[in-house]
Amino acid sequence: MALVGLDDSVVKEMYSQMLAARVFSQRLFNLQRQGRAGTNAPVDGNEATIVGAAFALDPERDWVLPQYRELVGLERFGKDVLDRYVLFCIGHPDGGHIPEPVRVWPPQISLATQLPHALGMAWGLKREAEMESRPNESCVLAFIGDGASSEGDFYETGNFAAVLDAPLVILLVNNGWAISTPASSQTRAKTFSEKAKGFGMPGVTVDGTDALAVFDAVKEARTRAIAGAGPSLIEAITYRLAPHTTADDPTRYVPPEELAAARERDPLTVMKSEMERRGLWSEDWEAATLVQADERMEQAVLAAEARPLDPESLFHHVFDELTPRLSRQRQNFGAGR
Amino acid sequence: MTAPELAAETTYRDALREAIREAMIEDERVFIMGEDVAEYGGTYAVTKGLYKEFGRDRVRNTPLSEAGFVGAGIGAALGGMLPIVEIMTVNFSLLALDQIVNTAATLRHMSGGQFHIPVVIRMTTGAGRQLAAQHSHSLECWFAHVPGLRVVAPATVTDARWMLKAAMADPDPVIVFEHNGLYNSSGPVLPGPVDLTTAEIRRPGTDLTIVASAGMVSKSLEAAEQLGDRNVSAEVIDLRSLRPLDRATLAKSVEHTSRAVVVDEGWRSVGLSAEIAAGITEDCFYRLDAPVCRVASREVPIPYPRHLEDAAIPQVHDIVAGAMTVMTGSLADV
Repeated sequence: MALVGLDDSVVKEMYSQMLAARVFSQRLFNLQRQGRAGTNAPVDGNEATIVGAAFALDPERDWVLPQYRELVGLERFGKDVLDRYVLFCIGHPDGGHIPEPVRVWPPQISLATQLPHALGMAWGLKREAEMESRPNESCVLAFIGDGASSEGDFYETGNFAAVLDAPLVILLVNNGWAISTPASSQTRAKTFSEKAKGFGMPGVTVDGTDALAVFDAVKEARTRAIAGAGPSLIEAITYRLAPHTTADDPTRYVPPEELAAARERDPLTVMKSEMERRGLWSEDWEAATLVQADERMEQAVLAAEARPLDPESLFHHVFDELTPRLSRQRQNFGAGR
Repeated sequence: MTAPELAAETTYRDALREAIREAMIEDERVFIMGEDVAEYGGTYAVTKGLYKEFGRDRVRNTPLSEAGFVGAGIGAALGGMLPIVEIMTVNFSLLALDQIVNTAATLRHMSGGQFHIPVVIRMTTGAGRQLAAQHSHSLECWFAHVPGLRVVAPATVTDARWMLKAAMADPDPVIVFEHNGLYNSSGPVLPGPVDLTTAEIRRPGTDLTIVASAGMVSKSLEAAEQLGDRNVSAEVIDLRSLRPLDRATLAKSVEHTSRAVVVDEGWRSVGLSAEIAAGITEDCFYRLDAPVCRVASREVPIPYPRHLEDAAIPQVHDIVAGAMTVMTGSLADV
């Protein structure tokens, strides 16, 4: 545990949000099985990395570009993140729109494509501060996985971000698997973080099951970014404790003994130990926190399912204005049914 | 060695696998690579069991690097191997477009005929599985636009079996599109071979020609049945090859029906349906009794909710409605 100096109240809040993230995620998994939500990716194993990072950032200044596994753990950035993500998962087109002032982008499904966006945005924030002759106080944190790091976008972003001294933090969550492909088949590098050396930026590997270790690393990278010293790469090592998505069957490829060992280092267990060490944990408190998370999720689901869906929304967000052909298609929509 | 026996009734997925398996047994130079193709057996289970049978050297997982592994497939083909590259879905192929369009399709030309690229690139295409706008494309026409590529889209179990075999025997790069809605379809495997150029009449008719491919063939056949109830006899043609297009078969059909509806899961503007409609118009202008009708996807990103996804892509009733506009002369540009 890195930052023993962190306030008890903060540690408690982090643990609550980690517990809640898993509750939210498991509910989404079940909703998919009930035919009420589409394909979605469980968070199990990534809670410490997401929540640790979220607490090291400033929700009023910094931006987060998630992949498709993080949105259940970003409650710190605002209630809308989960509410809209649930809406997204049930298939409502408004789910991709996270309203201002929340500084979280919608889920990114295409692998690594958000990294050049994160770089461009970080560069833009820096330029904006320069143009307004004020110090930059914002950074951009982008999540990426071990598998996606094999895409060209990862290498191009790393190189370019360093050249620009962009205030960017790349948080590479190494959860061991890209669907069925183990991290050992993605790279021969000893760590993913050592790739940073070739980019010309610092790279560190941290225990991704330990929210406080992630917090510490992200805090340091953020400080560096805002000081104008450039981007950082952080590799957080954890283990994917659930299927890749609702469409996956990991029993076909994950060695059971490996999974059992990983469960010993479940991020929730690790944080619970820290809570106990600080005398913050009790069975009643945890039970109450879980009930609260359940209720929170129930509200989000009910609100999402009650939100009206205009079938013509099919045509709403293609262009600012409908083209003539789209106008005709909309006029004829539903004709002859 | 003889080809493995196929059950009388088999699935599209199993037919593809048998074609790959047969080629791997017959020629040691054949290997397959892609994301999750090894132990996992591919995200659509086409390569299931092959890793166990042929081992790691011939059934290779790749890092998530589409440009890299498609390029490596091209290089391996240049090096004398016969690679089958599996791209998980057509949307991931966009990362490899430079390799496919700028190298696979041109190296024969750029090398003055010194090189040829016997690579087969297979990928899933189509909507219908609630995978949202970035995983539900039908971009067949992008590839069919490019000289130097052969592009096929088998729609039946028999075609899956024999067209993949033909693709592997072809000396040039072949792109094989597998519609995601077809993998579980089943039927008998009729005797081959099936070539990479000829369209097939799936249902004879006299009043109207419906042209379709891949996932749209079965919907067109169902539409033809419904049109029969309205005393319209529809002929349904399965294109099978998207490049080259078998214009002779299309022309022969329209010569006797005088009317055509082109069905395409891709978008309408600048799409496959436009090319086919133009070809029919060029070949059969004086025989046509009505303008060629196109039934294509609505020009929107494919939505995620099931009912909106269904509404965005052509359905049986859309094909019937399109056919009736041609029959009644009330065609409108939509």
